[in-house]
Amino acid sequence: MAYSKEVMDHFMNPRNVGKIDGASGVGEVGNPVCGDIMHIEIDVKDDIIQDIKFQTFGCAAAIATSSMVTEMVKGKTLEEAEKVTNKSVAEALGGLPPVKMHCSNLAADALHEAIKNFRAGGESPISIARDCCHDQPDSRCVKIEK
Amino acid sequence: MKSVYMDHSATTPVDPEVLQTMMPYYTEIYGNSSSVHAQGQMAAQAVEQAREQVAALINASPSEIVFTAGGTEADNQAIITYMTHKRQKKGRHIITSAIEHHAVLHTCEFLEKKGFELTVLPVNSYGLVEPDTLKAAIRPDTALVTIMHANNEIGTIQDIKTLAHISHEAGAAFHTDAVQSVGKIPLDVKELGIDMLSASAHKLYGPKGVGCLYVKKGTAVGSYLLGGAHERNLRAGTVNVPGVVGFGKAAELAEQRMPQTTEHLNHLAKVLTEGIINNIPDSRLTGHPVHRLPGSVSVVFDYVEGESILLMLDHYGIMASSGSACTSGSLDPSHVLLAIGLPHETAHGSLRLTLGKDNTIEDVNYVLEKLPPIIEKLRMMSPLGK
Ligand SMILES: Cc1ncc(COP(=O)(O)O)c(C=O)c1O
Repeated sequence: MAYSKEVMDHFMNPRNVGKIDGASGVGEVGNPVCGDIMHIEIDVKDDIIQDIKFQTFGCAAAIATSSMVTEMVKGKTLEEAEKVTNKSVAEALGGLPPVKMHCSNLAADALHEAIKNFRAGGESPISIARDCCHDQPDSRCVKIEK
Repeated sequence: MKSVYMDHSATTPVDPEVLQTMMPYYTEIYGNSSSVHAQGQMAAQAVEQAREQVAALINASPSEIVFTAGGTEADNQAIITYMTHKRQKKGRHIITSAIEHHAVLHTCEFLEKKGFELTVLPVNSYGLVEPDTLKAAIRPDTALVTIMHANNEIGTIQDIKTLAHISHEAGAAFHTDAVQSVGKIPLDVKELGIDMLSASAHKLYGPKGVGCLYVKKGTAVGSYLLGGAHERNLRAGTVNVPGVVGFGKAAELAEQRMPQTTEHLNHLAKVLTEGIINNIPDSRLTGHPVHRLPGSVSVVFDYVEGESILLMLDHYGIMASSGSACTSGSLDPSHVLLAIGLPHETAHGSLRLTLGKDNTIEDVNYVLEKLPPIIEKLRMMSPLGK
């Protein structure tokens, strides 16, 4: 498994780890059964992401994409943040090994859930449990009943 | 940077003495061991000496050893050629266990797809096949029982003698994948009652791509690779003479060194295991606490993922392995960890440190210094647990 320098940097020195007291939006995707779960909290003022923090359970790719997405959108407007995709996060990291593209690359989804949660008033954040295939159906995947 | 290799169940370095023994067989005695001329005969002699050395390690007769290109091939040959042999008239049912190496599991599944019947036995939480479970699964048409001696991930050593005895009482042959145990713990094929056994040189400080299948005299095993009459018609293909010579030497050294090596590894593994379990909260040993391979330390940590642990350890020069999905190359964590009853999320947080003869107490202390902060750092990042 060859990771890019950027991935290793964000993995070894992750940016913006933690939680935000009184966060205005919270998003969580993934599933511990599959081996990755990403939790993102944002603090929004005047439609701008003033602060963003993450907590991630998962492999190096999961941690690095989470760290990268927080850097990409900190100080940006919600509209700009909504345009960030899992793919653009992976590109910003100099790419991910192919098997990681759909297994551990969910950070933008977690961010979008946090924004959705903020727009809904920040009440009762939802955790989006997925099956382990994410968007890649595979006969070996573990289906999660919610 | 410091470099600490603790992945000896994956492979071992070739012992310098082994390499030295192999070297002349590349450039000086390079003959084909099937040739009648002097070069060929010298090579053939070396192969026969290696056969004696390997046979001695497991108390077999030299004529019962078939050299192969590794453990995987030996497993394939044993299972496929036994089940399809014309002298094998017992039936079409195979029994194996849920914690086998894929070389055995996938081979059994291949035969199942071809119309054979397969029963995969569960194991208990230590990874042991319980004798009663085997007894209950055996049928009149069970031809072969294949259960590994020591597990590569959790180190658990099976009670092979009892399992082989149960199989024989029912008229079934018994094969064991002993790739992880040969050269590491005493193994006597006669005392255990084994009909077929797979071994691999690179797990005992020999070269990669060399192994053997022990076939008890009279057992219905055939050639798996079709071709020439090498290895008494049981393995076609020009013999890998230097490799086989290395395997022989490695077997001889393993036997000589076993008492001291075992004592050394048991000591290091005890310090390492206790250091981890006592200093890292929510960590547990996997596999059997006593019946396990010397130097095999397998643990799970809650709330963190195995590949992340491995990469952080690698950053400090510590080389280990894990059964997490990310490292298995599939979407599921290791089938062995699931078979011993660990939930998926726990199995993702597994770490295997397998010590070798050259590891020192300094290596162990270095790991014990680096590992706890790594787990703590990953747990700080993790949304689970707190
Ligand atoms: C238990 C077990 N069986 C079989 C094998 C395969 O052996 P080889 O690598 O020689 O093909 C291995 C090691 O990889 C193993 O640990």
